[in-house]
Amino acid sequence: MADGWSIGKHAFTSRLLVGTGKYPDFETMERALAASGAELVTVAVRRLDLSKKDQKSLLDFIPKGMKLLPNTAACFTADEAVRTARLGRELGMGELVKLEVIGDQRTLFPDVVGLVEAARTLVKEGFTVLPYTNDDPVTAKRLEDVGCAAVMPLGAPIGSGLGIRNPYNIRIIMETVKVPVLVDAGVGTASDASLAMELGAVAVLMNTAIAGAKDPVLMAEAMKAAVEAGRKAFLAGRIPMKLHAAASSPMTGLIGT
Amino acid sequence: MQVRLNGELRDLPEGITVSGLLVHLGVKAQRVAVEVNDAVVTKDRYESQRIGPGDSVEIVAFVGGG
Repeated sequence: MADGWSIGKHAFTSRLLVGTGKYPDFETMERALAASGAELVTVAVRRLDLSKKDQKSLLDFIPKGMKLLPNTAACFTADEAVRTARLGRELGMGELVKLEVIGDQRTLFPDVVGLVEAARTLVKEGFTVLPYTNDDPVTAKRLEDVGCAAVMPLGAPIGSGLGIRNPYNIRIIMETVKVPVLVDAGVGTASDASLAMELGAVAVLMNTAIAGAKDPVLMAEAMKAAVEAGRKAFLAGRIPMKLHAAASSPMTGLIGT
Repeated sequence: MQVRLNGELRDLPEGITVSGLLVHLGVKAQRVAVEVNDAVVTKDRYESQRIGPGDSVEIVAFVGGG
């Protein structure tokens, strides 16, 4: 049976979302994106470098059929984020936006006040808003209340590779909101992606963990498998943790008794 | 006339339209988005929207990001 999910009017099968930043070159990125099996890929909006002519476009290296998710990365105010989202919509002709309003340069933690404000504006303008937020259930609820189509709590700071530092909060967020919960940022390796899915995340978004690996294409394959494994484990239902042993082999019928 | 283009002051011909500016710069319209004075100019308005002295113009494109 197909195990799909959706955001707004968009339906997906893959539960791995990937970024397009920090790759050594476009060719490696193209192969890694293909290996990841992702259907939704994030892109950033930046000033065109008018001093360079005939630059290669990122878009030529994104495999066909992948949907673009423009972000508002590096926006530090709600106004900047809203303007960037509008430009992203004009560029991509889609209403999806990964909303980031950053509050601190060093940690890149979200400014949740600005985030909720920008989300409210963009929802009113017809955007399907996927906010990158911290792992706070109250903020997640606020974002749902203003009409966000999903919430995307961080596992750990962007690019840190620290994994999921507060799995309990991620679980509480899942109990708190009805919209899909995606874990965004912090993943370092395959087991982090599996853990996110085992916790019940609808999907996982990552960039640096793949782009920064020694072999990005192989890591993309690993992440695809990890997300699938974690999802299956979640659906299968893990056994409860116990302090003491519970034998797997019968304790009766032993010889010599 | 002087216009602020992607943050830098540039001299442009009086009365130039957005589409004229893109041709002037050698930029392909389908791969960029344009903002004049903080408001997006949709592609259907490139021919009609004129840029005036002192306007602030942003031309952006998609780049890699997470």
